[in-house]
Amino acid sequence: MTSRLPQELHRKRATSHAARRLACVVAALGCLAVPAWADSLKIGLRDDPDTLDPVLSRSFVGRIVMASFCDKLFDISPSLEIVPQLATGSSWSADGKELIITLRSGVVFQDGEPFDAAAVRFNLDRDLNFPGSNRRSELPAIKSVETVDPLTVKIALDAPFAPLVGVLTDRAGMMVSPKAASAPGADMANHPVCAGPFRLVERVPQDRIVVERFDRYWNKDHVKLDRITYLPIPDTTVRVANLKSGDLDLIDNLLPTDFPEIEANPRLTTASIPELGYYGITFNLANGAAAKTPLGSDARVRQAFELSLDRDAINEVVFAGRATPDNQFVSTDSPYHDAGLKPPPRDLAKAKALLQAAGAPHPEVTLLVNTSPELQQQGQMIQAMAEEAGFAVKLQTIEFASGLAAAQRGDFQALLLAWSGRIDPDGNVWSFLHSGGALNDGRYQSAEVDRLLDTARQAPTTAARKALYDQTQAITATDLPVIYLYHRAVIWGLSKTVHGFVPVPDGLIRVIDLGKS
Amino acid sequence: MRRYILHRLALLVPTLVLVSMLVFGLQQLLPGDPALALAGEQRDPAVIEFLRHRYHLDQPLPVQYLLWLGGVLHGDLGESIRIQRPVLELVADKLPVTLELTIFAMAIALAIGIPAGVLAAVKRGTGWDYLANGVALWGLSTPNFWLGILMILLFSVELGWLPASGFVSPFESLGRNLATLIMPAFVLGNAIAAVVMRHTRSSMLQALRSDYVRTARAKGLSEIRVILRHALPNALQPVITLGALEFGALLSGAVLTEQVFTIPGFGKLIVDAVFNRDYAVVQGVVLVTASFYTLLNLAADVLYAVVNPRLRT
Repeated sequence: MTSRLPQELHRKRATSHAARRLACVVAALGCLAVPAWADSLKIGLRDDPDTLDPVLSRSFVGRIVMASFCDKLFDISPSLEIVPQLATGSSWSADGKELIITLRSGVVFQDGEPFDAAAVRFNLDRDLNFPGSNRRSELPAIKSVETVDPLTVKIALDAPFAPLVGVLTDRAGMMVSPKAASAPGADMANHPVCAGPFRLVERVPQDRIVVERFDRYWNKDHVKLDRITYLPIPDTTVRVANLKSGDLDLIDNLLPTDFPEIEANPRLTTASIPELGYYGITFNLANGAAAKTPLGSDARVRQAFELSLDRDAINEVVFAGRATPDNQFVSTDSPYHDAGLKPPPRDLAKAKALLQAAGAPHPEVTLLVNTSPELQQQGQMIQAMAEEAGFAVKLQTIEFASGLAAAQRGDFQALLLAWSGRIDPDGNVWSFLHSGGALNDGRYQSAEVDRLLDTARQAPTTAARKALYDQTQAITATDLPVIYLYHRAVIWGLSKTVHGFVPVPDGLIRVIDLGKS
Repeated sequence: MRRYILHRLALLVPTLVLVSMLVFGLQQLLPGDPALALAGEQRDPAVIEFLRHRYHLDQPLPVQYLLWLGGVLHGDLGESIRIQRPVLELVADKLPVTLELTIFAMAIALAIGIPAGVLAAVKRGTGWDYLANGVALWGLSTPNFWLGILMILLFSVELGWLPASGFVSPFESLGRNLATLIMPAFVLGNAIAAVVMRHTRSSMLQALRSDYVRTARAKGLSEIRVILRHALPNALQPVITLGALEFGALLSGAVLTEQVFTIPGFGKLIVDAVFNRDYAVVQGVVLVTASFYTLLNLAADVLYAVVNPRLRT
């Protein structure tokens, strides 16, 4: 044994030398792989954005990227207040038909053109009239947009529309340079010119989007980075691995189940906040032949379905307890949330009694579920829970585009879906539950709900609107065209070198004061 | 030989027309409406109508196909509805990435597969043979995404030697380019090496039993010369076919590997396009891939003639 020791040591030493040499070579290669941008940030996104023109943009990740180079008239604070961004303030006329917006002075677009009232008029006109505009349906009927003076704009409406300022906190409020957008051959989808803190310098589809600091930004003292690179990495495991290896500084859409792994890493941390949106089950009440089921025609069956579900258990299993179980279309932090309307606890006896009363003790339900693992898990738990009350639930997995088509043509009985959410409750409910709503796939029709939703659009104060939404929820909690289940937590993973990150419930990444040490 | 090549090239045109018709027809069978999928969360009926009209989705299928074909003949593969970029530009962006990854992966596969196959055949029944077969079995049975994630965890997260994902152009930095490609290329090459090894082994065994090898040995040639000069060139013929097929398959996009390592190649492009019903992109990528596939088969046939003088007539 003793005589073999030196030999073994020698061998180990040789192996160790070889390993070290190999490590040096590979490390040198690796070092080359990491660019030395001290004041740059790399952000991993869940998906590749679509078009980067605010008027055409459709995707959530597109909103994240555009937030870095396209300022809006208004923004949302972490506490869900609407705060001015390119505007300095706003006021409604007494009849609620005119909105006066005052604008920030000294703002220039990234092409050097001034931002003023004429630019706001141009942009609102573009939102409403650009071919294929996705903003048109978000805005009300605008009678005229007048420039009162270079820094004041007056928007006149056909009818009061209280959600307007809330709408202008999103893409409809993003301002592009009129000169750049109206130039011959303008390609704002790939070369947007806005008035944000960064400007787009490169986009390689499915690979990276690079933005660099805009030196003439109006709030440049609060821009701490020179460069941000957005990298679409759809696989969460890979996104997390990149964060852990230091190839990324910040990642979007961290799964609750990844929390412990990130929190255990001394170099990393997490940030989270409840979302503006919700998860819910939409029922087909009157959209074609698939609606002709006990579930579609009898509210008691839907009530029994809700009573069979244990929101807390689903939250614990799927979201590691980080979602907020709820039965409303607005976040629990929203001023429009009805504290008196609690989600009913699971009650199998009551659910079975309701099914008996409806004459359908064992109704069959096909639940459409998207392919994402998070939705699949929820679907399986819902299936198991509802079956205990007597439902025979069949899960049908369907990918996004097919699911959309099935929902629109009414080829579903129940549909588990997620909505990203808007700051104003109107954005979370009108299109879904109003009989004229484009997203009312279940064709829910209630004259009273229509009236309440329309009136809430016109009511002048938050208190008045809240009262109307409370009444709406009192009806829909019984009719149950949608069972609202919970509000997810928006979760980010960050390197501890990142500072100034402020979570906001809309899930977008604010780049002001965001830095890296 | 030249006539043969010209004849094969002439066949390329009807092949591609047939492929494009097939793909065009098949993607219409996909459930879901492209205009609806691309209209955004709000699903504004006016936007849906606009998209249908702009991208000719409101036209009968034969008209849609002819409009697309007319564009192709003028060098226009259409426009991606999702990101509003010319498909030709997207293809030109992704092709070099996929091509480089493919070449890198094939080089790894051949560098491992052929020597391992030769060794296993020459040392048949010995420990070397079992080792090579074991390695081949590992390569064949290892899922790419699993191996990819393990490699990321080891070389990027634990050791910090290589970037976890992404791609850097060789013109930007050759070192970073190699660093980003080494893991995905190994993952892809690993699986193909196993197939190459098994084919090389079996055809080498056949060659080593043939009369011309016996004659070469009888002439007193060294064993190494017999193997490399006489047996291997003949044994390589099926490997060439296999290599061309694998090369073509890799060009059409190594979907999972590209997904795991976030390589912006054809695989990611076509998967996103299918999920978003971005038909013009699907058509464009398939057309380019099919062209390459056909040309690669032709190249394989020409290579046959190079390694087998009897085919040169």
